[in-house]
Amino acid sequence: MTLIDPGSPEQVLPTPSHTVGPFYGYALPFRGGEEIAPLGHPDTVTVHGYVLDGAGDPLPDALLEVWGPRPDGTVPRVDGALRRDPATGGFLGRNGVEFTGWGRIQTDANGHWYARTLRPGARGRSAPYLSVCVFARGLLVHLFTRVYLPGDDAALAADPLLTRVGDRRDTLIAEDEGNGTYRFDIRLQGEGETVFLEFQ
Amino acid sequence: MTLTQRDIDQEMAAERVAYAKRLADGAPVEHHPRRDYAPYRSSVLRHPKQPLVAIDTRQDPELVELRSPAFGERDITETDNDLTRQHTGEPVGERITVSGRLLDRDGRPVRGQLIEIWQANSAGRYAHRREQHDAPLDPNFTGVGRTLTDAEGRYHFTTIQPGPYPWRNHVNAWRPAHIHFSVFGTAFTQRLVTQMYFPNDPLFPYDPILQSVTDEAARQRLVATYDHGLSVPEFSLGYRWDIVLDGPAATWIEEGR
Repeated sequence: MTLIDPGSPEQVLPTPSHTVGPFYGYALPFRGGEEIAPLGHPDTVTVHGYVLDGAGDPLPDALLEVWGPRPDGTVPRVDGALRRDPATGGFLGRNGVEFTGWGRIQTDANGHWYARTLRPGARGRSAPYLSVCVFARGLLVHLFTRVYLPGDDAALAADPLLTRVGDRRDTLIAEDEGNGTYRFDIRLQGEGETVFLEFQ
Repeated sequence: MTLTQRDIDQEMAAERVAYAKRLADGAPVEHHPRRDYAPYRSSVLRHPKQPLVAIDTRQDPELVELRSPAFGERDITETDNDLTRQHTGEPVGERITVSGRLLDRDGRPVRGQLIEIWQANSAGRYAHRREQHDAPLDPNFTGVGRTLTDAEGRYHFTTIQPGPYPWRNHVNAWRPAHIHFSVFGTAFTQRLVTQMYFPNDPLFPYDPILQSVTDEAARQRLVATYDHGLSVPEFSLGYRWDIVLDGPAATWIEEGR
């Protein structure tokens, strides 16, 4: 049944996930989706990399969402990431001033993605990280992972997740390429498979 | 080797048997597809083989994943939830209204969150440049909509009944008519992308994407209900579809944290 009676908790069961499919490209991506940082902000970082399948081939049709806190660790409650233009029905783009913390990026034909956002601050007991959600044709349920930025070894060593995943922790820590740029590849399957998360 | 519907049918039957055995052995009901569902061939190289790492969110209420991005009135325009009014002319096809409520696992309404939809036109063609299906595009229909849920978690779209369309998973593969939904909750952990189907579609048993949800009751939750009360006289047929988000939500919200 698709009419849910909230008065009957045993009937409130989750709607199953499905793949995003191959044809979301004219619907979900929006102008400036990857430009999350306000223009000229001094704490801007660029995170980029490839999304790869089990054969090591890049995915030209993956969709990523990036979500992270401000540099001071607070979480924005600011809308306007996908501002619409009532005149044309198109996207206006972000206003370049406010920080929504959230962006959406489609991999390009080479399977490459990037996001420019603010360096996340630490929250709770975790080292600073960006939350990433991966969608793709062929992926029946999206996958969550995290991009930890290198630099603060003490914070990384104390992180509750990183301490649990053994040798695989390297798949969660981006590589510093200098000038505020970090490389983070996402391997869906096979050697060096990225750690993916299940929230309970 | 050319894959036939018969090959895929046998694989899907084997998956159903395997699920029944898991249930009989005491495993929990599976509300979502398994990511390694081989009858849907694109999944084969695109699912992780390592088990996911569980995060107990009760241990750390500060996780950013327990917060959600915000969306507001400037992220939608007035006609974004009416896919029949986005061009100068009327789209071809049967007008429908699709409405329902967005709820969390406790049955509480999820308010002010973004729902995005996209779909094929009435001929089964997406307005996507890489879509090669030989069916006509409709210059008056793009098939993209978005809305914010209201104070009771309700959403409402006016659109065109999408057509079924062929795809290349195997020979003579056809997708049942469906509308894609992308939904946000009050926590990023509740993120959902899925597809809504229409009642009594004869293509259901042949489709490995729908059948990837091996639990019968869960599969039924992807099928909208025809609701005569929602049909608009001399205008559109009504379908009702409630959405329940999975995943833990924050038990409290502290503004700005």
